[in-house]
Amino acid sequence: MSTTTATPELKTEKSGNDVFRWLKLHIELLPTIAAVVIFVAMIAYGQIAYGGILQANTVSNLLINNAHLIILAVGLTFVILTGGIDLSVGAVIAFTSVLGVILMNQGWNPWLALGLMIVIGAAFGAVSGILIQYFNVQPFIATLAMMFLARGLASMLSTVPERLADDSPFLVLAENFKIIDGPKVNDLIITPGVIIAIIVVVAGFFVLHRTRLGRTVYAIGGSEQSAKLMGLPVAKTKLAIYIISGTLAGVASAIYTARLGSAQNITGIGWELDAIAATVIGGTLLTGGAGFVLGSVVGALVLGLMNVLITRDGGIPPEATTIITGGILLVFVLLQRGVLAKKRE
Amino acid sequence: MSDRSLQISEAPWAGAEVLRASGLVVDRDSSVALDGAGVTLYAGEIHALMGVNGAGKSTLVAALTGALPVVGGEIRLDGRALGRMTTTQASAAGIASVYQEASLCGNLSVAENIMIGQEARGRFGIDWPETHRVARRTLSRLGLDDLDSTTPVWALPVAERQLVAIARAVVHDPRVLVLDEPTSSLEPHEVERIFSVLAGIRARGAAVLFVSHILEQVFAVSDRVTVLREGRDVGTFETDDIDRAELISVMLGQDLDSLRMLGSGTRPHRQEPEGDPIYRTDKLGLRGAVAPVDIDLYRGEILGFAGLRGSGRTEFANVMTGSLRADTGEARIDGRVVKMRDPAQALRLRLGMVTEDAADDGLVTGLTVRQNIVLARQALRGWADPVGAAEADTLVEELTESLSIPADLIDEPVDRLSTGNRRRVALARILATRPRVLILDDPTRGADVAAKAAIERKIERLAGDGVAIVYISSEMEDVVRLSDRIAIFRDREKIAEVSSGPGLSVDTIVELIADDSHYDM
Ligand SMILES: Nc1ncnc2c1ncn2[C@@H]1O[C@H](COP(=O)(O)OP(=O)(O)OP(=O)(O)O)[C@@H](O)[C@H]1O
Ligand SMILES: [Mg+2]
Repeated sequence: MSTTTATPELKTEKSGNDVFRWLKLHIELLPTIAAVVIFVAMIAYGQIAYGGILQANTVSNLLINNAHLIILAVGLTFVILTGGIDLSVGAVIAFTSVLGVILMNQGWNPWLALGLMIVIGAAFGAVSGILIQYFNVQPFIATLAMMFLARGLASMLSTVPERLADDSPFLVLAENFKIIDGPKVNDLIITPGVIIAIIVVVAGFFVLHRTRLGRTVYAIGGSEQSAKLMGLPVAKTKLAIYIISGTLAGVASAIYTARLGSAQNITGIGWELDAIAATVIGGTLLTGGAGFVLGSVVGALVLGLMNVLITRDGGIPPEATTIITGGILLVFVLLQRGVLAKKRE
Repeated sequence: MSDRSLQISEAPWAGAEVLRASGLVVDRDSSVALDGAGVTLYAGEIHALMGVNGAGKSTLVAALTGALPVVGGEIRLDGRALGRMTTTQASAAGIASVYQEASLCGNLSVAENIMIGQEARGRFGIDWPETHRVARRTLSRLGLDDLDSTTPVWALPVAERQLVAIARAVVHDPRVLVLDEPTSSLEPHEVERIFSVLAGIRARGAAVLFVSHILEQVFAVSDRVTVLREGRDVGTFETDDIDRAELISVMLGQDLDSLRMLGSGTRPHRQEPEGDPIYRTDKLGLRGAVAPVDIDLYRGEILGFAGLRGSGRTEFANVMTGSLRADTGEARIDGRVVKMRDPAQALRLRLGMVTEDAADDGLVTGLTVRQNIVLARQALRGWADPVGAAEADTLVEELTESLSIPADLIDEPVDRLSTGNRRRVALARILATRPRVLILDDPTRGADVAAKAAIERKIERLAGDGVAIVYISSEMEDVVRLSDRIAIFRDREKIAEVSSGPGLSVDTIVELIADDSHYDM
């Protein structure tokens, strides 16, 4: 070293531990990486212990059965990234799906009904957003109120399963399309619902990483106060994310309803929590500011795969599912604590 | 007050009027923070805004940038009255700002913080390569070529955050640039850099308004200066027409004669330490932060840490109190080996520290100044032995008076204080724990002239009472003036230790820091 001027050295230790340094600075990636590792480990374990995990029809079913959860998780990712929460999505699904089926059975054009389901979802999100942003209600409370409201409205419409007519064109959303015709039933199948989920994921990724709206979401999660002082449109953005979450609840509702062919007022109880779990397992910090849509997708798939493995195992009582979910969630929340503590140092 | 010899500048400035704020009234939590304040900025001028802590400078900045609503008066930009505006609208109108507490998002990278809301966009949304390019170009204008623009901001020290905030404000040459104490945590060469950037912006015909307590800086760069007192503007002067003493007297609203007490007399330095060191470190260090350091700190002495930011001075201070956990060497207090785990444990050992980061000042928001001070003393004593009312009164009175915290703030919640006043309360809180060892990292940052003098006098008095003090500051003059001994840091290492005395000047230390002979040993 022969610097003569006394300019301060910026932390550029040019040693072999560049990777280590990078990881230290991007420690918020750790939970997401952990989720991917767990997901791969679950696949490997399932494949070795029970077999038949890495095959086309299992993969197809995993996607088809979890498309709605993936969509909800994308919405929740936006919300949780700002440090908020949306508890209303499960109930919004119940209300919109019951309403949609009833309307279709009364002869509404299915696509008009679909549009209405989505608009209603968006409206619930908008009300939550307005309560939170302009009336200073805690996100937890505002969306809890919306949850009770939506659940109540669903029950007022009907308390019995409402079946969709078997020939309803709406069911096309859940129609199977063979991509690869494998041996026996081992086909790679895709439904329009899965395609929509994929589009939602890609769009979510695009919005979060390539638009100012998305960057403002991260900024709000980092520090809402700073975001305001930086002149970012905080109010508009917060309103937008709850509308996005509500809209996606409407979309998820349509896909789930088409897959099941019926709707009921008790549908979707606890789904908001599944979606939150998927988001958190996927690495989004509950305090906001760090996380990825793709992480949430992995989180949703971890939960879905867990159900598959428990079914395959046969020895684990299905009731244990929630205990295992809880356990995984706990581990990931602790991991987040660790990450935050490390950052604060 | 005495306006006698002061020329209030009425003459129109060379450039055209860019921004005129007049009669601004701003309420903060029911109390009036601005009560008819105004300022006029002309194209191509650097305009300083001065005033004691709590005078309303930050509030005026917030009003100009839309961060706080204005309930009276008006703001005109290029002659057009701006109505009620948000920060978004203000920045769209060309008013860029750097706030006192660097307002950035710690979770985002340097480049993202600079560019957020003004990213380059292409056909597929934000064009990240271009965005990063613009960010790097801006950083290099500020002389920060070596700052990695992908580093998350939480990992940066306070001063670098400040520089990033400034970079953000100057990305697109603004019409009006407003900076609230942009230089208070910077090194001299960085300050120069900032000023040359400001000069560049001025040359392009923009107006710059900057808040500072540092008279030298105000006189060095500003064309005019406006002084605020108690929420009003009490005068605007051409900097060439006013001298330091007059400016101070306008700020304080006192006669020149009563200001003699602010004189910066040097204190007699102690030559020989007495007794055993109270705090001794033996090869104490932390890999990646600071190389092992030996320090002996004696009762009643002031040990200065000199060095540039990033030299290891702040890092070592943090290692000394356990805010950073050492991984080599040992620390001894009164000869007994202690493992510093965290600042709470340090406090139990009667080791107090005031950090450079004010956001983390340890005050309980919502409690008043008095309650915070008494709480600190109570925590020291334990709950079995409550602090009596009389004792509390004496304690609060003694501390607030000696640190010149205005008496009418004592029963205010601390979150309602101006930044400079809050920092002083944070210092008072640490002093209430009666530390035997006191580590002060830039304790006069953000303090107005009078407050700064009061803090320095208090430090001297504490040393006289036997407290061992570590004093850290970017102001090399202050370190030299106050310290008995000075430890010099460079490149995350203590490179020398010198005794202070008449023979020691700032230049000696600067030479020691710049000298690289110790590498060849
Ligand atoms: N967050 C706040 N809430 C309520 N009142 C506040 C707040 N911040 C400042 N004030 C009050 O507003 C007045 C002006 O404060 P301001 O922060 O503008 O002072 P300042 O001149 O910037 O001081 P400093 O030099 O300490 O930064 C003070 O009386 C202060 O108590
Ligand atoms: Mg201020």
